[in-house]
Amino acid sequence: MKKVYVNEDWCLACHLCEYYCAAANSGAENMIKAFANGNKPIPRIRVEEGSGINFAVQCRHCDVPLCVKSCITGALSVKDGVISCDESRCVGCYTCVLACPYGCIVTSESSKVISKCDLCMKNNNGDPACVKGCPNKAIVLEER
Amino acid sequence: MKKYVIIGNSAAAIGAVQGIRSVDKDGTITIITDEAYHTYSRPLISYWLEGKVTDEKIYYREPDFYEKNNVMTMFSTRAEKIENGFVVLDNGGKVQYDKLLIATGSKPFVPPMKGLDEVEDKFTFMTWDSAKAIREKVTDGTKVLIIGAGLIGLKCAEALYHLNADITVVDLADRILPSILDVRAGEIMQKHIEQKGTKFILGASVEQFSKNSAKLTNGDTVDFDILVVAVGVRPNTELVSEAGGKVEKGIITDLHQQTTIENVYAAGDCTVSHDCSSDTDKILALLPNAFMQGEVAGKNMAGEETLYLNAIPMNAIGFYGLHIITAGSYNGDADITEDADKEIYKKLVFRDGLLKGFILMGDVARAGIYTSMIREQIPLTDVDFELLREKPQMMMFGKARREEKLAGITH
Repeated sequence: MKKVYVNEDWCLACHLCEYYCAAANSGAENMIKAFANGNKPIPRIRVEEGSGINFAVQCRHCDVPLCVKSCITGALSVKDGVISCDESRCVGCYTCVLACPYGCIVTSESSKVISKCDLCMKNNNGDPACVKGCPNKAIVLEER
Repeated sequence: MKKYVIIGNSAAAIGAVQGIRSVDKDGTITIITDEAYHTYSRPLISYWLEGKVTDEKIYYREPDFYEKNNVMTMFSTRAEKIENGFVVLDNGGKVQYDKLLIATGSKPFVPPMKGLDEVEDKFTFMTWDSAKAIREKVTDGTKVLIIGAGLIGLKCAEALYHLNADITVVDLADRILPSILDVRAGEIMQKHIEQKGTKFILGASVEQFSKNSAKLTNGDTVDFDILVVAVGVRPNTELVSEAGGKVEKGIITDLHQQTTIENVYAAGDCTVSHDCSSDTDKILALLPNAFMQGEVAGKNMAGEETLYLNAIPMNAIGFYGLHIITAGSYNGDADITEDADKEIYKKLVFRDGLLKGFILMGDVARAGIYTSMIREQIPLTDVDFELLREKPQMMMFGKARREEKLAGITH
């Protein structure tokens, strides 16, 4: 299946992917409304920056999904290779945070449940906002 | 067509159903459980008790799980013994198996305590039924005495705090949560919980119960309306030991999860696991461990050879709003950072050139990157040590691992 891959040689650390992701998952109809009135919607992709190295990290949709196997409630599940969270069943125990080898389960003080990348299945029919928004094509959706 | 029988209906049993069905779509699967419910998440009983999780959301798998996986269920039925390829039931019936899984979990351990018989409203806290029984007795201001400051006792305390109960926790140990926290982390958590109004009396046990009070070994007397005993659990191993299978601290299995009895497998809290972080055998009573062991057992039962490897102790749990994630073993050189005012504590433990264990309290973000270091036994020489110490991050790994994991490029 197609997954999101990053090319760290091309990442500019502009963080636009984080903004596009947060806006897409906020439920608002556009970026301006998503961030209006001091709202800070949570991105499910995060850019790591170092000395000359930058890259974005988001859910790898692993073939052996430790987060799903570890989930104590059954909130996390796999459908057609895409791992998603039923937030109505998440209690915020963070067992998935403990289990994910890539640190891709997102927690925030403003939310009692976790959030994670679902390849924009729910908000944009599987057309990921981070990929569309990356100005340097460092993030791609491909079969590899 | 193979006949699969599973005794138990919690995480290990469900893992086994999924494991079997990933290999064999046709064999019959029968689940035998002494509880009356569709599979529910045992750790959710505290969330249910406090009212955060409803009857509809306590279920571990969707309502049509058994139907979709073609599983027959025998609820409220106790398996009495294993005999010549049959499971003998308490109702006199017998169920034949080709492959059997023991996923019987554990039961609360209630030590002999003087006068305990005089206490009318006494409970343990392991099952949905036990949570329901407690719920009926608790209203605003109900005085609750909990014996045991471990994971179960304190999850029960947290739930009852949300119901405005007046809670006292007594433990023989001089600190709380000793199974997952070190002394200092235990102090920070204890203070956090005490600030919410829950009282602790540590280093003491009950000398004598009367109907509504407990006289303690330190001279205190605690009055209570209800008593919860949460001092520990014992694995349910009798079915295997009575059939001649090897049992030590728990049921002994090989890496295929097979017991020493042919065609009989075991998984979950009733079994002994190998903890690769300390290289010792122990019971790892953890839901993820149970599910994954069950899944491995199921695959092997269905004929796909699979090994259960890389097990470690690991817990993600919160109390009264303060999160903790811990994993591995704490025997080694410790690197500790602390900001007690913010209730942040971090301990990394190194030994033999490896990360062996950690405690993260308060700030638990991306902890799984550390967990993977322990489970996969990635040498410290393969990572940027200063970045590892700073926080869990993919940047600490070399470019090759990052490209493999994030860009799908195999080197």
